[in-house]
Amino acid sequence: MTPSRREAAWGFVFVAPWIIGFLLFTIGPLVASLVLSFTDFNLVRPEATRFVGLDNYARMAADPLVLQGLVVTAKFAAVAIPVTTIASLGIAMLVNSPRLFGRSAFRTLFYMPIQIPLVASTLVWIGFLNPETGWLNGLLRLVGIEGPDWTNNATWVYPALTLIGLWGIGNMMLVYLAGLQSVPSELYEAARIDGAGPWSMFRRITIPLMSPILLYNLVISLITTFQYFTQAYVLTNGRGDPNNATLFINLDLFREAFVNNHMGYASAIGWLLFVIVLGLTLALFLVARKRVYYAGGET
Amino acid sequence: MTARADARLPAFSDRGPVSRSFRRFLGRASLTLFAVMILTAFLLPLLAMVTLSLEDAGQRTTPGAPIYPATPATGTYQGESYAIYAVPIDGATRNLMLVKKGRAQSTFVDPGDPSQTPIVWEGSWRTLEQAWAFDPKLNNFATVWSQLNFPRLLFNTAAVAVLSTLGAVLSSALVAYGFARFRFPGKNILFVILIATIILPFQVTLIPTYAVFTKLGWNGTWLPLIVPHFFANAFNVFLLRQYFLSIPRDLDEAATIDGAGPFRILRSVILPLSIPAITAVSLFHFFFSWNDFFLPLLYLAGEPELQTLPIAIQQYNALYVSQPSLIQASALMTMAVPVIVFFLAQRAFMRGVVVTGVEK
Repeated sequence: MTPSRREAAWGFVFVAPWIIGFLLFTIGPLVASLVLSFTDFNLVRPEATRFVGLDNYARMAADPLVLQGLVVTAKFAAVAIPVTTIASLGIAMLVNSPRLFGRSAFRTLFYMPIQIPLVASTLVWIGFLNPETGWLNGLLRLVGIEGPDWTNNATWVYPALTLIGLWGIGNMMLVYLAGLQSVPSELYEAARIDGAGPWSMFRRITIPLMSPILLYNLVISLITTFQYFTQAYVLTNGRGDPNNATLFINLDLFREAFVNNHMGYASAIGWLLFVIVLGLTLALFLVARKRVYYAGGET
Repeated sequence: MTARADARLPAFSDRGPVSRSFRRFLGRASLTLFAVMILTAFLLPLLAMVTLSLEDAGQRTTPGAPIYPATPATGTYQGESYAIYAVPIDGATRNLMLVKKGRAQSTFVDPGDPSQTPIVWEGSWRTLEQAWAFDPKLNNFATVWSQLNFPRLLFNTAAVAVLSTLGAVLSSALVAYGFARFRFPGKNILFVILIATIILPFQVTLIPTYAVFTKLGWNGTWLPLIVPHFFANAFNVFLLRQYFLSIPRDLDEAATIDGAGPFRILRSVILPLSIPAITAVSLFHFFFSWNDFFLPLLYLAGEPELQTLPIAIQQYNALYVSQPSLIQASALMTMAVPVIVFFLAQRAFMRGVVVTGVEK
């Protein structure tokens, strides 16, 4: 064997675990779920599975619960993604400031809540947001405001889940922080000499230089929003209350597959999700091609 | 007079820089104060949780109860125990023991000094509010511990996390080494595919995987939570590959000249030099597994003996939803291990996130 063929053989030996896993746990199931989405497969009577053509997709288009799942997911994304983006960038800028005492302690403490198991943090927030006994409405009462029933109100449940989501900003904050630290400080100094104020420096230096990271975090937020499950499940024990306001698309899929045992139909919903996430990600990258600034020039 | 003014002059001219540095200090102090306020608001639910978990179950629903863990205050007078009430006397409110109840007037004794003459107070004692004394209790933790078979849950959660971390780190190190050190056809496209799997929603592969695992008899066992991790994942491979690439190739070549094969180089050159990255990957994966909810819910919900903490806590919550003190105690107990380990190993964690920029 020539040295280069020997090297290639070793390379394949080492990456083999991933290739095998990719075939077994990604490509195989991906194809299988596409096939299942054209059947009425269920686990109770797998032998009775029939091909139903596009029936599952036709049913999905008319299913008010799927529509509700998508609307709920979109509503939540519309509130949560901007809020968490602003909060994580804002806190990253705060803990990046050289004027702050004890910066590393602040970084650690703002990061920490992401380490709390989601079930536990959701339970903590449910207690905090309880309309009668929770501290938040207690504090609001002190200033004369009667707070809403956060988790049982079809409107307020989205801000409530957004608040819960704020405990998950740790990773985003650190990624922004790394980005902020890579902005050359000469740029700010030059801008200051030219008489730029903090806002125009933020808009004209920080934002453009951070745009690749903003794009990256936006894509990740989008993907996680479409997989949103644990908090919604814990909040209502999987019921999607109030009035299906927390019936996220992923929760609907879970119920179709594992409660109603409509596994062919749930596979079709899974593919719908995949296509939506793929489409949105591509759309983001297309929009970003014009707006994202890459320091290395054209890539 | 003049002499004194003259003497002050140099000091006066020093004052410029002094007050400038003082002003700078004030600026930093107010920024820090602002950060403290934000942080307090951010972590306030944690304080609420600790407080609630130390309370008696009924305190939250008792009118007039304070926000801290407390029980109705009592005092002793002539060997007997009496409840303490907040009594308005002469425009001030005093906390006094109610020793003799009456419809129109009652007798009170100062618990701080019971030897004083009892105070007779005009009015109905029923209109008075009870006084509360700070009294944190640990019995909620004991209740949760025994009701949930907590030691069993801790063992299950840790065992699943350790096994799946072992598989993930081992396999990801091999794959990362392959991508970092060898040239082979299709390497770049394979690496792009690997990274692209990050955006693949897990739901799209969920149902066939579940069906196959059920067919294999793995439903209701730990295997679905462990075995797939022995086949590497994008996040771990990416982090480790980045790190391996930063190790000079001269070291590999020196080892090759000494007759070491690729496995030997990985074991005795690359891995020993990658301890920080291996630590970060292990910690991330361990707690990803520790905190995971969806897959244990799917495969272990009906198996109390094999369950992990997150689903047991969720089921417990559904059962005791009206007992916030117990729920908050259970949440505190669930987060204790991850949070303590985080504080001990925070540098490794936070560096790991920044190295990859990839979230799990």
